[in-house]
Amino acid sequence: MTAPILALSNLSAISDRDQAPILRGVSFDVKRGETLGLVGESGAGKSTIAKAVLGILPRTVRVTSGEVRFEGADLLKMKAGPLRRLIGERIALIPQDPMTALNPARRIEAQLTDGPRLWRGVNAKEARALALKLLDEVHIRDPNRVLRSFPHELSGGMRQRVLIASAFALEPRLIIADEPTTALDVTVQKQILRLIRNLQSAHGTSVVFVTHDLGVVAQICDHVTLLFAGRVIESGSTSQLLDRPKHPYTRALLDACPRYDRPNAGLRPIPEAVIADLYAELGQSGASR
Amino acid sequence: MTGDLLTARNIEVSFGGGRGVFDLGKHAVKVLQGVTIRIGRGETVGIVGESGSGKTTLARALLRLIDVDSGTILFDGLDITKLSEPAMRPIRRRMQLMFQDPMASLNPRRTVRRIVLEPMLFHRVAANEADAEARARTIFGRFNLPSACLDRYPHELSGGQRQRVGIARVALLAPDFVLADEIVSGLDVSTQAQVLNLLKGLSRDLGLSMAFISHDLSVIRAVCDRVYVLRSGRIVEEGPCEQVFAAPKDAYTSALLDAIPLPKIDPNWLGPTTRAERVGEVDGAK
Repeated sequence: MTAPILALSNLSAISDRDQAPILRGVSFDVKRGETLGLVGESGAGKSTIAKAVLGILPRTVRVTSGEVRFEGADLLKMKAGPLRRLIGERIALIPQDPMTALNPARRIEAQLTDGPRLWRGVNAKEARALALKLLDEVHIRDPNRVLRSFPHELSGGMRQRVLIASAFALEPRLIIADEPTTALDVTVQKQILRLIRNLQSAHGTSVVFVTHDLGVVAQICDHVTLLFAGRVIESGSTSQLLDRPKHPYTRALLDACPRYDRPNAGLRPIPEAVIADLYAELGQSGASR
Repeated sequence: MTGDLLTARNIEVSFGGGRGVFDLGKHAVKVLQGVTIRIGRGETVGIVGESGSGKTTLARALLRLIDVDSGTILFDGLDITKLSEPAMRPIRRRMQLMFQDPMASLNPRRTVRRIVLEPMLFHRVAANEADAEARARTIFGRFNLPSACLDRYPHELSGGQRQRVGIARVALLAPDFVLADEIVSGLDVSTQAQVLNLLKGLSRDLGLSMAFISHDLSVIRAVCDRVYVLRSGRIVEEGPCEQVFAAPKDAYTSALLDAIPLPKIDPNWLGPTTRAERVGEVDGAK
């Protein structure tokens, strides 16, 4: 197998304020063209990992050990200039909230052409042609009208399509999708997931899919890394993790999901003992949940 | 007369298109177009729909928080459609609303104690402050909320604790009818399971009638007896959950069910891009 696009090894981080651990020795690989699901409940560290890869860790988070290797280079050791260039050109983000991710005061055209003009040095006309092509790829019916629009003139689903177009604009090697469908209706969510999958397979892009929804994971991810309190609890192929979970927490999480196809299963709260064991392994008493 | 606690017949609500000089030429938007629903005593009814379907407008109309253009709303046999605010007041305690976002519905500048005790004193459910406090402590114990929470502010609690405080505040008023508007959509699955089990227990023990609004059919299936599917201000399907989920009659209900990703691998679920999506016809706003 080829070398991974992204490899985290033993990444640990603490909060600068109270020295509380945020990540505890997180390791995983993402191979070319693969989708990795980064799963966990709030506070698990999913977003911190996403931010570490995108080079936008807040100042209050201090990395204490480990590496974030992207195409072989350790992002944590790179100087600001080259790092910005590398991430800008090759890693893209599909953010969670399509309402806040776009600048409300700029037209879609300006926002979609920024990246190519900055990193590819294309002129305004070429950038516009590229934007039209991208909007077509995300199945937007009237790309000319959308380019002239302001974000508030578009529906949530349309905005998320624009953001996906923008993520694919520079043909990135890696896309971080940070809960890209949680703010959307289920029928729109399905379209957006399909879109991401189709574009990804057409372009051979690797995706880190951050989510708390095991249903979404089952349909779109090849591999899954499950986190709890900044630690990897279980990693494996999606079928391994969902059909043959090894860790009691993984099983408990699956049992807690309500399922319309099995109304009598699901909705079992995670047993206190499972949580207590997890905290015991982490060497601290259970925080309030 | 039926034995239902709450009945709404043929209600219509529209927004905009007012009578003012600035509204000339604007058309009113019909948000509810003749909705009929009933909620039996002790029954939990699900109302499902996507953004813009009119779920929240229906909720507000049922609780008389907004007026309807036409139709009638009966609560416990009484026509409350046009009841004046003073006449509504004794009924308000009996019909309560649980909110989606406890961060927005719990006053950030008040301690949990004040948030929880004040409605009991206002509605004279508790004889005095000490009585109210005792009641609060009992229900906090039952909800697995440490009584130390009483002295905290909402932002000091976890999301699950906040949502339980919101539910405790409502439960303490001993209402007959509770309308829960998307109360678990912001929660982790483990917390969601806790909160939903709590609600199921409450409705069983207190004989509560509940309307449970959600966009998540799996959640509806887990807690409701019957379900109404709302689309563009109309009920497109209704029936007992077993029936609607096993054999949906309306194409829209099927589409909603089909759009829920289940935590089991289904290689055909995503499928190829359909023609309708290609031209962007089925896009929703949120």
